[in-house]
Amino acid sequence: MAEVRAIDYTGSERLTMNMGPQHPSAHGVFRAILTLEGEKIVGVDAVIGYLHRCHEKLAENLAYVQYPSIASKTDYVAAMSSELAYVMAAEKIGQFEVPKRAQYLRVMVNELQRVASHCLWLGTWCLDMGGALGGGTSIFLYCIRERETVLDLFESLVGARLLYGFHQVGGVRYDPSAGWAAQCRATIDTIEKRLLEYEQMLDDNAFFEARTRNVGVISSALAQDVGVSGPLLRASGVNFDLRRDQPYSSYEDFDFKVPVETEGDCHARYRVRMVEFRESIKIVRQALDRLPEGPISSRPGVKSLGQVRVPKGEAYARVEGPRGEVGCYLVADGSQKPYRMKWRGASFSNLAVLPYILPGVTVADVVAIMGSVDPVFGEVDR
Amino acid sequence: MSAEMNIARARMLLEGIPGVTLSGEGPILTVETPVDQFAVVGAMLKEKVGCLFFAFLTAIDHKEAGLEVVARLDNLDSRVCVMLRTKLGAGNTRCPSLFAIYRGANWMEREAFDMFGIVFDGHPDLRRMLLPEDWVGHPLLKSYAVDTPYPPYR
Amino acid sequence: MEIKPPKCTIPPANWEEFKDLQEWKQLHKTRPETGDKFSPLFESVTEGIHSFPGGFVVTTVADNFLNWARKSAVWPVSFGLACCAIEMMATFASRFDVERLGMVPWASPRHSDLMIVSGTVTIKMAPMLERIYEQMPDPKWALSMGSCANSGGPFRHGYHVVKGVDRIIPVDVYVPGCPPPPESLLNGLLLLQEQIAHFHKTGRKAEPTPKVD
Repeated sequence: MAEVRAIDYTGSERLTMNMGPQHPSAHGVFRAILTLEGEKIVGVDAVIGYLHRCHEKLAENLAYVQYPSIASKTDYVAAMSSELAYVMAAEKIGQFEVPKRAQYLRVMVNELQRVASHCLWLGTWCLDMGGALGGGTSIFLYCIRERETVLDLFESLVGARLLYGFHQVGGVRYDPSAGWAAQCRATIDTIEKRLLEYEQMLDDNAFFEARTRNVGVISSALAQDVGVSGPLLRASGVNFDLRRDQPYSSYEDFDFKVPVETEGDCHARYRVRMVEFRESIKIVRQALDRLPEGPISSRPGVKSLGQVRVPKGEAYARVEGPRGEVGCYLVADGSQKPYRMKWRGASFSNLAVLPYILPGVTVADVVAIMGSVDPVFGEVDR
Repeated sequence: MSAEMNIARARMLLEGIPGVTLSGEGPILTVETPVDQFAVVGAMLKEKVGCLFFAFLTAIDHKEAGLEVVARLDNLDSRVCVMLRTKLGAGNTRCPSLFAIYRGANWMEREAFDMFGIVFDGHPDLRRMLLPEDWVGHPLLKSYAVDTPYPPYR
Repeated sequence: MEIKPPKCTIPPANWEEFKDLQEWKQLHKTRPETGDKFSPLFESVTEGIHSFPGGFVVTTVADNFLNWARKSAVWPVSFGLACCAIEMMATFASRFDVERLGMVPWASPRHSDLMIVSGTVTIKMAPMLERIYEQMPDPKWALSMGSCANSGGPFRHGYHVVKGVDRIIPVDVYVPGCPPPPESLLNGLLLLQEQIAHFHKTGRKAEPTPKVD
C-alpha cells in the first residue's frame, strides 16, 4: 500500500510579500516586506527612506529666513505645525518675543490645519478600507469637499493652498484681511454640521466596526516606549497633550477638552480624532473672538538673508501636530544658519511601532492599521 | 509626583555616578554622561525617574571634538524632560545602545548609524535606515558635502 | 510720481556655462527615443489601404479617431510620491474632478497610459520609478508635476535627490509649482491631451508646443 504522507499545513509555508513603495493605499512611499504564513503576518521589515530629501543637511546650509518654507514640506499635510516647530526652536534659543496677535494667529492657523489634516486622514483611510471603486470613495469625496473650504481660507490668508511660508522667526508673515474672520466662521460652522454626516455614515456601520474594532491594538506601555505620540498615544490611554500640558504659543488661554480612550485599537483612534475635530473648531472660534490687535511679528519682514542671527545655544521645541509630537532640535552657533537641526517627525516614531503590532494580524488589517496610524512620509524620511 | 520633586529625586540619584554632570533649569534636566555609562544612566532614568517616553535620539558632529549622541526622554505624568547626552570623543564612533531599555531606540539608532556612522553596541539589526543599503559615506558628518554628485541621477 | 523699475546690477547668466545643463543635454542626446512601435501587421494593412486612391483619407480619419479615443480616456497610474500627491489627490477629488476628462486613477501600471510623477524623486526611489514606467504598455506619456519632479525643486542640492525626473524617464509635460494647485495640474493635463491629439502614426511624438498664456 502506498504511504500516505500527511502534509503539515501549520507553520511551514512562509511567503515573503512585498507591499512595495507604490501601492494603491494612498499613504506615500513606504515599503513593508511582510513574511506571511497564509494570511497572517509573522514578521515585518519596514523599509523607509524613499522620500529622504536631506532636510537636516539642507537646514545647515539655509538661513533661518529661508528654511521655514522648506520646513512645511516635512509634514506636508499639516504644513503649519511643521513650520511652527522650526520657528519656535529658533525663537527659544534667541529669546525672541512673539507678539500676542501673532501667537493667536499661530494657534488659529494650527487648529485649522488640524481640521484639514483630519479631513484628509478620514477620507484616505475610508478610501483604503472601502476600495477606490467601492464605498470608500464617498467619504473621501465628502471629506475633500470640507478640506477644500479650509484650504480656501488659507489661500485667502497666505496665497498658497498646501505649503505655506506663513511663519517667520519672531511672528508670522501675513495678517488676515477684513473679510477673513467672517469667512472663517462660516467655514467652521459648515464643517461642524457636516461632521455629523460622517458620523452617521460610520458609527453604526457593521463593516467599519468589523474592520476597526480590536485591530492594531497598541498598549500604553509600548506606545510610550517607542515614542508614539498624538492621537495614537491618547487612544492607548495616556492622557498627554502638548497643547494642554506644555503649552506653547498662548495655548493656555484657550479652553478645550483632550479626548482619551483606553482600547488602543483603530476604532479608538478614530474616536479620538473625531473629538479633536470638534475641539479644534472650538479653539478657532475662541481665537477669532479674542484676537488681539497689535503687530504680527517682533522682527521686520523677510528682506535679506542675514537678517536673523540666532546666538549660540540649543533648544528643542515641540508642537502638537495632527499626527503627534513634531519637534525641532536646533543647535545654533551665532550665525545666520543653524549648526545642526534634527527633525523629530511624529510619523517616524508612530511608524516605528509597526514591527511590534503587525505580527499576528492579517494582510487586510495592515491597510486599516496604516490608515489609522496616518503616516506622512515627508516626516518619516525627512 | 510633581515636576520639582521628580527632578530633585533624579538629581539625587544621578549625582552619585562618577563622570555624570547635571545642568538645566526648570523641568528640563540635561544629563551629560561618559560613553560607557550611557546605557546605565538611561536604564536608571527609565526605572527610577519614570521617564517612560522616548522622544528621540540623534547625534551632533562637533568637527574636531568628535561626535556627541543626544537622547531625549520624558516623564509624561510629571512633565519632566531629560536630555541625555554623551560625547564620544574625537575619532570614536562606538556608543552603547539604548535598545534594550527603550524600543524606540531601534529606528533612531539605525538612522544615527546611517547619517553619522555611529555603531551602537547591542543593537540587534544595525543597517541603514533612510539611504539605500549600498550607499557610501555618512551624510550628516561635516566632512560630507550637501551636493555630493551621484551620476547619472545628480 | 513715476516709479522707476529696479535696475539689475548682476550680469545675465550664460546657461551654457552651467555644468548641470550640459549634463542634462548630454543625457538627452544619448537617451533612445521611445515611441509607439506599431505592429508589422498594422503596417501592411495601412500599406494596402494607401495603394487605393484616396486611401490616405481613411488612415487620417482613423488616426484622428484613435487619437481622440486615446486622449479622452487617459488613465493615470497613481504615483504620488510627496506633497504634490496631495494636490494630485485634490485634483482627482470632488472640486477639481478629473474624471470628467476621462481620467480614472488606476493603481496598476499595466493598465494605465499616463504617469504623473508628483513629488521628489530620490535616488532610492529612482529604480522603482523606472520599473513602474517600463511596466506601462505603449503608448504612454509622463507628466512631471511640481518643481521637484521638474528639476529637483527646493531639494535640488540634497545628496539623495534626483535633479529632475527627466533624468530617468522621458517627460511630455512639465507642470511647475510647489505644489502646483489643481488648476495648474488641470492645465497641464489639457496640454497633454492636445499633445495626444497630434500623436502620429509613425509613433513620433509631437514637438511640445510652447504655449504661454
